[in-house]
Amino acid sequence: MERTLAEAIARIAALDAEVAAIAWLSLRVSGLATLAGCAVGMPLGALVAITRFPGRQGVVTALNALMGLPSVLVGLLVYLLLSRSGPLGPLGLLFTPTAMVVAQSILVAPLVAALTRQAVEDADRELGEQLRSLRLSAWQRARALMLDTRWTLVVVAMAAFGRAIAEVGAVLVVGGNIAGATRTMTTAISLETQKGDLPLAVALGLVLVALVLSVNVLASLLRGHAMRAHG
Amino acid sequence: MAEPASPPIELRALVWRAGGRAVIDGLTATIDSPGITAIIGPNGAGKSVTLRLIDQLLVPDAGSVRFGARQADTVRRAFVFQQPGLLRASVAANVAIALAARRLPRTETQVRVRSALARVGLADRAGDPARKLSAGEAQRLAMARAWAIEPELLLLDEPTANLDPSATAAIEQLILDLARRPGMKVVLVSHNLGQVARLAQDVLVLHAGRAVEHGPAREVLAHPRSLAARAYLERELPWTSSPSAVAARHASG
Repeated sequence: MERTLAEAIARIAALDAEVAAIAWLSLRVSGLATLAGCAVGMPLGALVAITRFPGRQGVVTALNALMGLPSVLVGLLVYLLLSRSGPLGPLGLLFTPTAMVVAQSILVAPLVAALTRQAVEDADRELGEQLRSLRLSAWQRARALMLDTRWTLVVVAMAAFGRAIAEVGAVLVVGGNIAGATRTMTTAISLETQKGDLPLAVALGLVLVALVLSVNVLASLLRGHAMRAHG
Repeated sequence: MAEPASPPIELRALVWRAGGRAVIDGLTATIDSPGITAIIGPNGAGKSVTLRLIDQLLVPDAGSVRFGARQADTVRRAFVFQQPGLLRASVAANVAIALAARRLPRTETQVRVRSALARVGLADRAGDPARKLSAGEAQRLAMARAWAIEPELLLLDEPTANLDPSATAAIEQLILDLARRPGMKVVLVSHNLGQVARLAQDVLVLHAGRAVEHGPAREVLAHPRSLAARAYLERELPWTSSPSAVAARHASG
């Protein structure tokens, strides 16, 4: 155990090229998936928060339920869409980083939408009547409330990033864990553990934890600074 | 060219229910005179609900709100609430949001924002975070937002309820300044009968969701004709057993 840990730290300290490449791919895939998930999930969540329509409660329940969507199921769905015989097969995206971004985006979008809905709905209780009295359209109100809750939405984005970078099922199914092409930290950890290369698996695990912690600490610092400055 | 007068507000047999209870129960009144009309009455009389029905924020269960021959959407209205309802954004952004629905060119929006902030004495605070303003400044910002809209009809729901006397005086002056604009109509809900006497030309007294008295402020405050209005005014005026003292204060300016 101690020897494994020491070897893992040594690989990180030596800036092992394989570890760095895998970490960079994971960051890119999960970062882009978080951006895409936020681009879709935040406006969707905000609009659900401020509008009333038949079946709204069903949509809210579905969004909440989809937060716990099994990643391997999302992987399977995207696999079926992108496989050669699937509707998007001709695009040739299966087993590429793009397919992994698509799968993770689908995974995090409901999480972002559900958390955004809750944050914006709380803000709407305080400000909604004022905004409606200004004759703003639903989209203008949604934008105003997203502006008001932007520091909370930073935390939502961080939660989405955490969910994306920590998942293994979706990227494994649609990425195929191809060395040098679609191998991420989580899929590599799984593989190397099975192969018995524990130092590499532990090194990747440590990098993964460090990355997630760093991104969250940075976001917390930015949020704290911005809240002190802007109220 | 003179501004056209704000249209009359016609409340016709209004009913609005909440939790099975008729909060507004057949309210009929016409607010026609320019200047400031105060809506007063005991808690639960339906004053704030009436303002929201006028502003179309609530939909009546029966009856209607009309603005003469005008469509409601064409009447430029501004609503200042008891709480200023400020976004976590700059002071200027909180005024600019009031103009978003009009889709004005950016430069015109900026000019209007600057002008409105200057009116309320917040021109030098344009870039500050709105949530860091004092309560009085925040309500002045809410008034600036109303000013930027250049409303024909200003609705005020207890705009000074949380303010100290000096901040209250500043807001009252802003209300008077706005009410002096040509063609302007102001409807004020207030529990502060001293404020009503200082500001309002007309008073509409509500009781249990109905209009029980409507007329010139001096007359209604001094000589209420209905039992409900008399009972309310006598209860709310601790410095005298008679509402005529309010009228005397009003007369003395």
